[in-house]
Amino acid sequence: MILEGRAKKFGDNISTDLIAPGRLFHLRNNLPELAKHLLEDAEPNFSEKIQKGDFIVAGRNFGLGSSREHAPAIIKIAGIGAVLAQSVARIFFRNAINIGLPVFECDTSQIEAEDHLRINVLQGTVENLTKGISLPFHPLPQIMVDILNDGGLMPHIQKYGGFNL
Amino acid sequence: MSMTIAEKILSEKSGCEARSGRIVICNISWAIAQDGTGPLAIRRLQEAGLAKVFDPKRVIFFIDHAAPSPRKELSNAHLQIRSFAKETGARVSDIQEGVCHQRMVEEFVSPGDLLIGADSHTCTSGALGAFSTGMGSTDVAIGMALGKVWLKVPPTIRIEVRGDFRPGVYAKDLILSVIGQLTADGATYKALEFGGPTISAMSMSDRFTLCNMAVEAGAKTGLIATDEITREYLVKQGRGEQFREIAPDPDAEYEQVLTIQAEEIEPMIALPHTVDNVQPVQKVAGTKIQQVFIGTCTNGRLEDLEIAARILDGQQVAPNVRLIITPASRAIYLKAIQQGIIEKLIRAGAVVTATGCGPCVGIHQGILGDGEVCLSTQNRNFLGRMGNPEGSIYLSSPATAAYSALKGEIADPREIMK
Repeated sequence: MILEGRAKKFGDNISTDLIAPGRLFHLRNNLPELAKHLLEDAEPNFSEKIQKGDFIVAGRNFGLGSSREHAPAIIKIAGIGAVLAQSVARIFFRNAINIGLPVFECDTSQIEAEDHLRINVLQGTVENLTKGISLPFHPLPQIMVDILNDGGLMPHIQKYGGFNL
Repeated sequence: MSMTIAEKILSEKSGCEARSGRIVICNISWAIAQDGTGPLAIRRLQEAGLAKVFDPKRVIFFIDHAAPSPRKELSNAHLQIRSFAKETGARVSDIQEGVCHQRMVEEFVSPGDLLIGADSHTCTSGALGAFSTGMGSTDVAIGMALGKVWLKVPPTIRIEVRGDFRPGVYAKDLILSVIGQLTADGATYKALEFGGPTISAMSMSDRFTLCNMAVEAGAKTGLIATDEITREYLVKQGRGEQFREIAPDPDAEYEQVLTIQAEEIEPMIALPHTVDNVQPVQKVAGTKIQQVFIGTCTNGRLEDLEIAARILDGQQVAPNVRLIITPASRAIYLKAIQQGIIEKLIRAGAVVTATGCGPCVGIHQGILGDGEVCLSTQNRNFLGRMGNPEGSIYLSSPATAAYSALKGEIADPREIMK
């Protein structure tokens, strides 16, 4: 799988409260509407600046905090192709893979805003085409690759009638 | 082979030797969700044609985040939960009952259980010697339908605490101090196991506070071995027969052991906007505050309200401060009324709200205004957490919060607790 897009850069400790704010709790049953507010407290009007396939590129501990799966869900709905971060919080990581949003941990300090990136999922590399460098990322555990290949955890369960991991 | 608490429980629940690092499929004891995450879990199940529950007694929906509902969209989400529960037989803990994590320890979780919850502070129940962890709606939905979950067995960081707290210092100060040391991602994918003489002498209420905040260091769960205090708690809850001994083996392997002397801990405070931005209260004493909030799954228990009432008794909250109190459950609320705690708090100028998550998640009952500062006993201070990214949140113990409410500024409770 090859993914290509531009980098949308964020800092460390981007919490799920920033991704999907609690004050918009009433929009949780309307994810396309909630997606219009994606990360707006970190960057005003962010959802309007996304081109389909863009990547969120962040620092340490991306997605910390609440277990709200709405956070990765609206990232995907807003058109983001994958999340790259120095490190990712545990619940967010699982939620993202479960709904079929690819997440990779790599050295994002080598990526600047708007850099053009190409992710080779099988090789485990992010090519920064703007800078002409290649960054390796930690391969996903096999169990998560299997879930992603099935399109998420629910399709996996439907396909096998239970866990086949 | 010697094991940590996490390895022991997951071995039992998976039927194989669950060593740290191994991926296991486990049978769960409980699957829970709340009104923010439950509707999505239900939708996931309905879309997949899996709208069933593995055991109606062991699947519980809590309506606690927006209770009672402040908006029609949320009222409709509540309807969706009640209707799914009716269809499948799952339980509902409705608006009057309280915060899911408090309710789980009061009535449901037993030592040795495996609990998955669509709420990050599900780790609270670890204080009863149960492996309890927060997950998203999809993982929990599948748990609800199949009674199973896959888990990577976490390595464990042992937090060994010795000695006695000095007056004015509480479990909240200890856990803030631990998070400050570990940092907000220092325990990511790991379990925290709290032990040592200080923990053995600690009330269940304080143990719940410790385990509740394990996730703020990134941890998968917080765990405490069971003992006589656990047994007494379960007996008081009318569930004495559910007591079981759960303890790590003496030579269990820990990734790291953090030893703490309780005497060395001061009243601590987390500064905006991350939970690991921890300093001694004294460093920021004098900071003006407009709102104080005492409540939540972290510190809304009877003992917490008691401490606040003791400090506020016969006095008045500072003129420019709003003090909001939210008991964490109906049982706590009722006892606080019977013991005269609520009267003392109201006489001192507090507003006491319905039980629930209250202002902590920024939905209602205490949203901050632009530029306002709140001192809260909750577990998170992220930007925007209390409903307004233009507000700031500090986190402390109930004693620091109550004393600061009297002073109108952040203040060290040791000034009155010698």
